[in-house]
Amino acid sequence: MRALRLIAPPFVALVVIVSVWEFLARALAIPLYLLPPPSAIAVAIAHDLGDLALAASVTGRAAVYGFLLSAVFGTASAVLLSASRALERALYPYTVFLQTVPIVAIAPLLVLWFGAGMRAVAISAFIVSVFPVIASTLAGIRSVEPALRDLFRLYGASRFDTLRKLELPSALPNLVTGLRVAAGLAVIGAIVGEFVAGFSESGAGLGILILSSYRQLRTDLLFAAVLFAAMLGLLLFGAVNLAGHFLLRRWHPSAREPS
Amino acid sequence: MVAGASVHTAGLRRVFDKGGVVIDDLDLEIAAGSFVALLGPSGCGKSTLLRLVAGLDAPDAGTVTLAKNARVAFVFQDAHLLPWRDVLHNTALPLELAKVGVTERLREARDALAAVGLADASDKLPHELSGGMRMRVSLARALVTKPDLLLLDEPFAALDEMTRQRLDDQLRELWSQLGLTVMFVTHSVDEAAYLAERALVFSSRPARIVADLLFELPRERTVALRAEAVFAKEARGLRVALEKGGA
Ligand SMILES: Nc1ncnc2c1ncn2[C@@H]1O[C@H](COP(=O)(O)OP(=O)(O)OP(=O)(O)O)[C@@H](O)[C@H]1O
Ligand SMILES: [Mg+2]
Repeated sequence: MRALRLIAPPFVALVVIVSVWEFLARALAIPLYLLPPPSAIAVAIAHDLGDLALAASVTGRAAVYGFLLSAVFGTASAVLLSASRALERALYPYTVFLQTVPIVAIAPLLVLWFGAGMRAVAISAFIVSVFPVIASTLAGIRSVEPALRDLFRLYGASRFDTLRKLELPSALPNLVTGLRVAAGLAVIGAIVGEFVAGFSESGAGLGILILSSYRQLRTDLLFAAVLFAAMLGLLLFGAVNLAGHFLLRRWHPSAREPS
Repeated sequence: MVAGASVHTAGLRRVFDKGGVVIDDLDLEIAAGSFVALLGPSGCGKSTLLRLVAGLDAPDAGTVTLAKNARVAFVFQDAHLLPWRDVLHNTALPLELAKVGVTERLREARDALAAVGLADASDKLPHELSGGMRMRVSLARALVTKPDLLLLDEPFAALDEMTRQRLDDQLRELWSQLGLTVMFVTHSVDEAAYLAERALVFSSRPARIVADLLFELPRERTVALRAEAVFAKEARGLRVALEKGGA
């Protein structure tokens, strides 16, 4: 019953929007290359399902690699920055730079450094998605309860034990939040990377498919590719959510069943 | 077994950048195995003193001397448990940090939990406990290291009357069994007189000792004592001293 109440409103909205779109596209006789009706997109999906699925898997792999890099490097950087205020002051501005740098502008550089293909694409996904992981994990470590720090100090905890048994567990909810944001960004970063880095050894990703359907004015296929890209982001986001839920459900209020 | 550590401070001084002088030239002598209550107006520096004694904060001048190798335990006003650990592993934490083996530290933790009457709650998580139970876990965690000196900073202040009375009794009982030294900060005159052998009353900032009282009460203490004339007399003496101190 609850699930139905949750799913019904967006579903109804979807049906309404798609119907209106379909109706207007036909009624106003909008050219297919400008705005194809949903039915045409559905046909394109059915017709090019193989290409779409392959492209999604190529882009998905690069996004996941970039995401994992972000998770590992982002957490490690946060731990490093939290180790000293001086270090944080010296380096944090450059992590902000990671977030503000226009990825389209430095993607050609990535191709020069790492060669066209999967590696450059994954690194593009990494650059776009790492900042939220650093920022939120750092905030988590910084906001460990002072009394708990006192407790660890009183009992002579080593630096490593304090990290492992106090700081990282305390920061876990923040880390999960950061990873949720990173998941969506990683897909965006991968697609932008593909725009510039082009084909990878394993085939054309969604970014390539979007570019080529644009050049051929296959707007129906372009829409289909965008849809797959959105679903890819959703999939990664969902996986992170699920993992976070299992990690936190025993103790953190955000994951506990409302009682 | 556990001896209890004496505490000695000389010329102790603590100044905060913004707060000003909180403790100035404080000399303090606390005998091994005694139970001392610390009272004084809010903000006078009681918590600061406790943190200095525990070594969690460094004095600007003067010294804190504890008996050699004294083990110190601290109980805060809130329980401050690790929310992701069950009761047993929260209790075992100090031993874990001291690299005591897993079998031994869990055995010690179970003993400590039994001592505060929480033997059957060991696999619960903190959020599944009542406030009083959480406080008892916090007490068990402090006792698990077999401390020579136990510092408590208004530990039961947030609890209801009945729970507080029960925890007071438990604490007093543990103290007389284990023979450790206890420094207990409280705002409650009755609680201080009921628990302690001695009370130190501080003035408002900077904290000076305005009264040092020894209670002449039986060692065995029960709720009934609170209704007796001797108890009322000691409590009144303490209240008068506290009012003189500017509370
Ligand atoms: N870290 C700090 N930085 C600046 N000032 C501080 C700090 N800690 C305590 N103070 C100041 O020192 C004074 C004494 O604080 P303390 O917590 O020791 O008082 P207290 O006697 O424990 O009070 P209460 O009974 O309300 O708990 C207060 O004026 C407080 O503002
Ligand atoms: Mg205090």
